[in-house]
Amino acid sequence: MKPAGFAYHRPATVDDAVAVLAEVSPAGKVLAGGQSLVPLLNMRLAAPEHLVDINRLTELAYVRVDGDEVTVGALARHADVEHDDAAYAVLPLLRDTLEHVAHPTIRNRGTTVGSIAHADPAGELTAVLTLLGGTATLRSMRGERTVAAADFFTGPLTTCADADELVTSVTFPVPEGRTGAVWTEVARRHGDYAVCGTGVVVTLDDDLRVAGARSAYVSMGPEPAVLDLTDAVAGAMYDDADWAAAGRLAAGRLEPDDDIHATAAYRSHLAEVLTARAAGDAARRAAVA
Amino acid sequence: MSAAEELYEVSLVVNGVPRSATVPARRLLSDFLRHDLELTGTHVGCEHGVCGACTVLVDGRPIRSCLQFAVTVDGAEVTTVEGCTRPDGELGHVQQAFRECHGLQCGFCTPGFVTTITAYLEENPAPTADQAREAIAGNLCRCTGYQNIVASVLRAAELRAERA
Repeated sequence: MKPAGFAYHRPATVDDAVAVLAEVSPAGKVLAGGQSLVPLLNMRLAAPEHLVDINRLTELAYVRVDGDEVTVGALARHADVEHDDAAYAVLPLLRDTLEHVAHPTIRNRGTTVGSIAHADPAGELTAVLTLLGGTATLRSMRGERTVAAADFFTGPLTTCADADELVTSVTFPVPEGRTGAVWTEVARRHGDYAVCGTGVVVTLDDDLRVAGARSAYVSMGPEPAVLDLTDAVAGAMYDDADWAAAGRLAAGRLEPDDDIHATAAYRSHLAEVLTARAAGDAARRAAVA
Repeated sequence: MSAAEELYEVSLVVNGVPRSATVPARRLLSDFLRHDLELTGTHVGCEHGVCGACTVLVDGRPIRSCLQFAVTVDGAEVTTVEGCTRPDGELGHVQQAFRECHGLQCGFCTPGFVTTITAYLEENPAPTADQAREAIAGNLCRCTGYQNIVASVLRAAELRAERA
């Protein structure tokens, strides 16, 4: 199908963009890469009156590494983030995760910030932002605010962003201490929506004993939530910890739904196995970090 | 809405030729190419970004033309399957490889594969069979079973190297 008609706005600067959003609020929708929004428009599941196209806001087309954090502007494509060597050097989890986000053709156009602003419960970067305790920065005519990921996502496809706000960037903090991070997922076909996916961060102390472990998921609930798995493995040597227990702990706390792709029971099973696997791999990475 | 729909002039360089047309903002790039520029080589399958048949190159990068408004990419350089030939009009290396390896049957999905593989080989001139399979993972084909398309990717890499 074809999209319904809309009034089209093509601002050239961020200031212009937030002015337009304020003017048309609450009937405006931001268009970045369009890889989530345009399918919704084509299928007429959404028909906003105004589209504010931010593809001219080249000031937001950046990936910036600043010491212990990576900040991604709203016009950085997934492929730009994935191929950014400086970002990979400090936070390999970004590239490792992005390789699971759809297909290269989609990543060439879709933006990381757009994916996060879309807040799809199956969106890997929403889980990674939450897992790392990252933030989103929002601009409007009323000013700028920075919101923690845990407060940003308020439900499936829903964030705390107001209709006149533009998410200008997101910031991924590099985990502190001796840490390793791994993303893994199961999908029917590589690049499709995951049936279950998890990112795990494991922190070791100076003796290579587990000091902390936490995980986040896609397709396992309405919005990304971080689980603390430390109790199951605290104090164990990195190569001798009971990661299966961490997996069981995680699966016990998740309440996935059935859908046409998988039953809730199968998703829980995947969460248990994938959590254990990713945590073990993350610990081994931390040991050589 | 359509009666009062605002129109935009969109200018692209398509396969090296400057082209323009005046269209509403909601005109998808796939429809712009097919209906307004009459370049019907680009095929429209699912129209929501799943099948890959409509893939074209925008400034050298493969994208889904059904998930892009023409007005958004105003000013860009676009390569469609019609532009994947040799300069003399003969089959390009990817097209030649598909012919040699029987990489198509009905041909509906082929334009998307040809553009995707053309761009892929620019970045990865000598892929392994596994890499070739991953390179085409975003495109659906309901005829071939993909084996001959993987073979076509590998053959296209050889032809490309020979012609370089």
